[in-house]
Amino acid sequence: MTPLYSRPLDLEQGRIELSHGAGGRAMAQLVAELFAAEFDNEFLAQGDDGARLPRCDGRLVMATDAHVVTPLFFPGGDIGCLAVHGTINDVAVMGAEPLYLAASFVLEEGLPLRELAAIVRSMGTAARAAGVTIVTGDTKVVERGKADGVFITTTGVGMLRDGIEVGGANARAGDAVLLSGPLGDHGIAILAARHQLGFESSVQSDTAALHGLVANLLRAAPATRVLRDPTRGGAAATLNEIARQSRVGIVLDEAAIAVRTEVAAACELLGLDPLDLANEGRLIVICPAQQAQAALAALRAHPLGREAALIGEVIADERCFVQLRTRLGGRRLIDWLAAEALPRIC
Amino acid sequence: MKYVDEFRDAALARALAAQIAREVDPARRYRLMEFCGGHTHAISRHGLADLLPPEIELIHGPGCPVCVLPIGRIDQALRLALEHDVVLCSYGDTLRVPASQRLTLLGAKAHGADVRMVYSPLDALRLARQMPERQVVFLAIGFETTTPPTAVALLQAEALGLENFSVLCNHVLTPAAMHAILADASAATLDGFIGPAHVSTVIGSAAYEPFAREHGKPVVIAGFEPLDLLQAILLLVRQLNAGRTEVENQFTRAVAAAGNRKALDCMARVFELRADFEWRGLGTLAVSALRLRPAYARFDAEQRFDLPYQPVPDHKACECAAILRGEKRPEQCRIFGTGCTPEHPVGSCMVSSEGACAAHYRHGRARQAVIHPITPA
Repeated sequence: MTPLYSRPLDLEQGRIELSHGAGGRAMAQLVAELFAAEFDNEFLAQGDDGARLPRCDGRLVMATDAHVVTPLFFPGGDIGCLAVHGTINDVAVMGAEPLYLAASFVLEEGLPLRELAAIVRSMGTAARAAGVTIVTGDTKVVERGKADGVFITTTGVGMLRDGIEVGGANARAGDAVLLSGPLGDHGIAILAARHQLGFESSVQSDTAALHGLVANLLRAAPATRVLRDPTRGGAAATLNEIARQSRVGIVLDEAAIAVRTEVAAACELLGLDPLDLANEGRLIVICPAQQAQAALAALRAHPLGREAALIGEVIADERCFVQLRTRLGGRRLIDWLAAEALPRIC
Repeated sequence: MKYVDEFRDAALARALAAQIAREVDPARRYRLMEFCGGHTHAISRHGLADLLPPEIELIHGPGCPVCVLPIGRIDQALRLALEHDVVLCSYGDTLRVPASQRLTLLGAKAHGADVRMVYSPLDALRLARQMPERQVVFLAIGFETTTPPTAVALLQAEALGLENFSVLCNHVLTPAAMHAILADASAATLDGFIGPAHVSTVIGSAAYEPFAREHGKPVVIAGFEPLDLLQAILLLVRQLNAGRTEVENQFTRAVAAAGNRKALDCMARVFELRADFEWRGLGTLAVSALRLRPAYARFDAEQRFDLPYQPVPDHKACECAAILRGEKRPEQCRIFGTGCTPEHPVGSCMVSSEGACAAHYRHGRARQAVIHPITPA
């Protein structure tokens, strides 16, 4: 049956209305003209409530992540690509190859369609670039004031090859700790985009899909024990999680940890610690010391790991302390951040 | 990073530390108080204590702005936010200080109060201009470092004729706190002071002369970088070895003897001395804090909203008071690290990273930890 004519979505002037989530024609049109058009693939095209996926030969890995960010667009990315990268990375740091994503949108009434279109395009581009398919999704609309523009939850499924066993509880005393690049870019880019810094900043978010980097690494260092992407809470929280899960201590070398000059300067001014800042495209690797050089070379051979470095090692410590040997030769404890990273007063 | 890396040079730091070790008299101890929370933070952040010989003992002083704010003052801000429906603005750390019933301003925000973190009082002023229908209150805290910006915001509010901006003023004075510490019997064991960095850029090095002259304690004003601190410690060791008690200025790149005239003038136009003010840890001290002059009374939140001050005793087990006076170390408090942690602070010293307890919790415990050399990359 040929559908009756309906006016196409006004992507220039239009805004999200409650009807876009009401299950009627407006919603069908939004899904068809925006989401399906951008994510276009055989699974979505089936038009069913879920996606029937082909058999796969390996263990499945599944991860989910809700994405909320203010502002929706920031230097180096937007909530769309962030939602794709974030979940791909959660699957990738399990050692798995990400295959499929599901995406669920909570839209705020009044959100300009132009912005939504840009976000959805960014998701489509990020997913295609990563070779991952967005196979199913959902859209809800809430009244103005009940959300912050758009919230996106993505769920990812990936396949884990036999022989790869990475997990936060696997670190052993003597293992090497590696980091794929400089810390804190995303955190400072977001603060700058919120115009909260009081100064201009050229820092771009590091948002990126890490599965290619992980694949490179695992080929070179298959005995890798732990992979993590230090997002919220920064490297400090991630390393403390690993230390606690593995019942070990970790010692870091401050001089080996890369921080861009702009990020370091912003941290100095605001009293923030780069180790506490969020990253969206960095990888922390813990592997046996004898594979450390191979792992380092593999990371550096990938565009996302050019600035990778060996930053420390795992030690036996039943108190599970993460310590930093400072540039001056002193040391301090790297603790979890107590709350949101708040600037010091003076 | 230019102008920072130079003051963090590892080789120079080691050389300075070695010089200190050579010059200390092994027969005595050097109990030095770093007054300023910024110094406390820098010492733990760079692990400086590990570089120093055992004869040097660093004592954390009361110069952490949020630490010295008593519960009653935060209660005033909470009342404003919860009962007067104002937009309450303050600096980040202030929002996490527990007051009565352990409620914080961030907690009040979760209960629906309009509490906003700002980086500067000028941000609060901007909010007042953007929201003419709302009363915007800036909870002003801190020593002489944060006072001039508050003064500037008030001068601007006056120039703009703003009717909806006011300040809950809790600015306090560094020399008053140092006097209080030296008046205490336990001060006899203190050998000298590492003088504040940013505070001294405002009030000048001459402000410390009475401490050297009348109390016989050397003061060396130091910048916030590791080399600044190490050099200041070396200067203090030399003074003490020679029996001198002088004010020396290590931070000459920023601190002048007379301070910053312009900043002092701004402060004097807007503020006057309070007869007395309650400090956490130090008790009620005469002429130790500032309030708005009568000409600026309309910008004074205490008057605009009728907020009488009610003192509230600290939590019984909390040792913040003794720690702020330099009498106890954080680990000597029996709730340190158990009942009181950075996630659930009981006392104010556990809130800010400049607070002695938070600094020790976050950075200091490692000193007792095992450590092995790192394999070079």
